[in-house]
Amino acid sequence: MWLKDKIVEFFKRKEKVTVGGGNKAMEKQIAMGKMTARDRIKTILDPDSFHEYDLFVEHAGKDFGMDKKALPGDGVITGIGNIMGHPVCIFAQDFTVAGGSLGLMHARKITKIMDHAVKLGVPLIGINDSGGARIQEGVNSLAGYGEIFYRNTLASGVIPQISVILGPCAGGAVYSPALTDFVFVVDKISKMFITGPEVIKTVLGEEISMEDLGGAKVQTEISGNAHFYAKSEYECFEQIKKLMTFIPWNNTKRADPLPPKPPKSNFEITSVIPPEPSKPYDIRDVVKSVCDDSDFFEIQEFFAPNVVIGFARLNGDTVGIIGNQPLVLAGVLDVDSSDKAARFIRFCDAFSIPIITFVDIPGYLPGVDQEHNGVIRHGAKILYSYSEATVPKITIILRKAYGGGYIAMCSRHLGADFVFAWPTAEIAVMGPEGAANIIFKSEIAASENPEETRKQKVQEYTEKFANPYVAAANGHIDAVINPEETRGYLIHAVQISREKKEIRPNRKHGIPPF
Amino acid sequence: MEFHPFSSNMDQNNNLTAFPVDDTFYETKLTTKFKKRKIYQPPNPDKLNAFIPGIVTKIHVKEGQTVKRGDSLLILEAMKMKNNVVSARDGRIKSISVKESKMVRKGELLLEYE
Repeated sequence: MWLKDKIVEFFKRKEKVTVGGGNKAMEKQIAMGKMTARDRIKTILDPDSFHEYDLFVEHAGKDFGMDKKALPGDGVITGIGNIMGHPVCIFAQDFTVAGGSLGLMHARKITKIMDHAVKLGVPLIGINDSGGARIQEGVNSLAGYGEIFYRNTLASGVIPQISVILGPCAGGAVYSPALTDFVFVVDKISKMFITGPEVIKTVLGEEISMEDLGGAKVQTEISGNAHFYAKSEYECFEQIKKLMTFIPWNNTKRADPLPPKPPKSNFEITSVIPPEPSKPYDIRDVVKSVCDDSDFFEIQEFFAPNVVIGFARLNGDTVGIIGNQPLVLAGVLDVDSSDKAARFIRFCDAFSIPIITFVDIPGYLPGVDQEHNGVIRHGAKILYSYSEATVPKITIILRKAYGGGYIAMCSRHLGADFVFAWPTAEIAVMGPEGAANIIFKSEIAASENPEETRKQKVQEYTEKFANPYVAAANGHIDAVINPEETRGYLIHAVQISREKKEIRPNRKHGIPPF
Repeated sequence: MEFHPFSSNMDQNNNLTAFPVDDTFYETKLTTKFKKRKIYQPPNPDKLNAFIPGIVTKIHVKEGQTVKRGDSLLILEAMKMKNNVVSARDGRIKSISVKESKMVRKGELLLEYE
């Protein structure tokens, strides 16, 4: 009977802690349109694959009567489960327990599962739903945050780290997601900010709602802190699972290949590009016309849409895509798009994902606000990331590749392994209009009919330089190709450079222009 | 062309605009973030604006008063600090746009010189 009693007691104890903040709090959570922490974990993971750890951990608060309070699981659920049959480490903050507030033991549960993730070489998924630091635990809760940030940083580039914001995430709490690779937000549920509307109002007199300050839309469109936006938690979890199909489990592995599939027939490369160079098109249609199943998984779709980034597959293998978007701001590079592309390049490089760059760029965005916001420093990030990356780098120049934009978009000079150009490519120091106005300035001014002369000079410059053949003659590009051959060339380039090795001098680390 | 159906970063009936880069005009769409960018205004030495949001706790000058460079004009309390705002030049105060204990936003006009 001794054993039976012990087991009965175990079940009793387990039941007590698995209810989280109790039925009432759970109902409140659901009434807010949110899933409970345990349901979230179960929905993301393969059925019945979740193994929970540290269920019986108790909080370490001693002051303010906390020693008399029980907080089941200390407000966070941690464990290991599978996604598509592969293990992942996961934690979910439980808002029903003391508002998901982070105390020392709560943090220790998280750091323990993070250490597991690094040792096992599996991705980490963190679900954030927390009111912030547990004030009663004082500096110990700050210590907890610090220990999480430290591990986020050490795990960066070793295992993929994913943050899911499914509730408030305020103050210091925002910096763990900010240090991870991909941040997912859900409309009306996610809220991220350093200082909330209350403080902003008392200190600064500025009135703003939580949603307008740091809601899901703001974080995906304006600040760029979040990478994926969903309308519901279910949609969000589907996005996470889809992302996981494209990325490797750690930095020593490659993503599982899928059976190769041709692009869908409704994406035809020759019908995508308009006949005039100043007319726009959607670069994503070009990507879809070359990648497997026309399946392009876009990242940060709404932030800095003048540059498009995301994952796709070529003949079954994952590739990272970066492309100028002529449809928005003519596809220029600016502060935001440089940040966006640079970080993505570093992710691809860290996780052995070949980078394909589609170029159609008139240059960097001119403007006082750009200069004053540091477009020099931010623009340098993209040069740094491309040059630093040793994964296969394949560039395809579609139309314009002018000036600094040409260099920045993974040109041969930044170490591209293969550079292809369509016959429509214009690789030049600047657009014909601008170039003619400078080179023939005095000639145009001295002419009897300056406008006529200007037109003539623009025409001359266009004929001579607005093509891929000057660059080809200098060996800056490897091949001028028929647009219809693009997919074939890209697949060949990716396959041939699979085992590419590039040796760099030893150093502790570089100093990128953060 | 359908683009970002539920995004406010793109204006909903976003039409193509002629957008100049290096003397060439490209037909393209603009983001709201780009449209809302701060247009540069050269600094005006006749105007004193709040360099930080806060509360004007004390005003040391009156309209019409002559001040010297370095004279204290007002105290702007922000982030628990009492900032002594001093005159950057000699001159006469034309008008004062704030009152004591009034909260001001960053960049709000505090006073004007003649």
